[in-house]
Amino acid sequence: MHFEYLIEGGNFSKAGTASSLFKKVLKQLNVDPILIKRTVVALYEAEVNIVAHAYNGVIKIDLDTERIYINLTDEGPGIPDIELAMQKGYSTASPEVREMGFGAGMGLPNIQSNADNLRIRSEVGKGTTVEIEFFLKN
Amino acid sequence: MKFRQLKIFKVTVNKSERMKVEQIAELLDGKVVCGQDLLDRNVNSVFASDLMSDVLTLKSDDLLLMTGLGNVQTIRTAEMSDISTIIFVRNKKVNPDMLELAAENDMILIECPYSMFKASGILYQAGLEPIY
Repeated sequence: MHFEYLIEGGNFSKAGTASSLFKKVLKQLNVDPILIKRTVVALYEAEVNIVAHAYNGVIKIDLDTERIYINLTDEGPGIPDIELAMQKGYSTASPEVREMGFGAGMGLPNIQSNADNLRIRSEVGKGTTVEIEFFLKN
Repeated sequence: MKFRQLKIFKVTVNKSERMKVEQIAELLDGKVVCGQDLLDRNVNSVFASDLMSDVLTLKSDDLLLMTGLGNVQTIRTAEMSDISTIIFVRNKKVNPDMLELAAENDMILIECPYSMFKASGILYQAGLEPIY
């Protein structure tokens, strides 16, 4: 199964809509609740990142009986130093993002701790691609 | 020496005992603004935070979230974290967008006039458990 969601940068009132829709899909498919939570928490963190930092983005998800593969690609400023961005507590979030209860430099580490695989590629001035993978079986 | 007068609570619960949300709302002088028909739900543990990033790191669900952050992302965070009851302390008000999203997800929302410290103290004293 394939799913696609368009994400608008800067639109905080809609942040999380895609994660919410995909959570409903996983629930309907009777996926293990622990895996649902890991998946949607990571997806939500990544979706909020697009809203917080990029101009726009697209989330593509492929789902089969083996795995959930999520690709989030955005057009935005990019990440100059991915290693630094992965450090707990490092953040470039705006005051607006912090007012929403985010921007504490915990998003990327939390995606990593929930995902089976995480890959981030970025080009400064162009955008970022985040790939997150979960396996349905151990 | 002057002693602070302590309010004696009618409800005393043993540690680790689950408590109905209805009792919790009563203890906190709270106003239930969403999920009025769901108040017989039970709660066993509480997490108090204004930082949604911290809430998203919790592995456990089946908990009550106490927060002073009143915006739609509070509800989204709860949705993703499988949290079905939220107490808004410091007299924070639930807005129509929050209400709509919470109702869609069968959540209970309670507005509470107390500070986070006071509300936490009351629930801890009543026997509810911390997450860590």
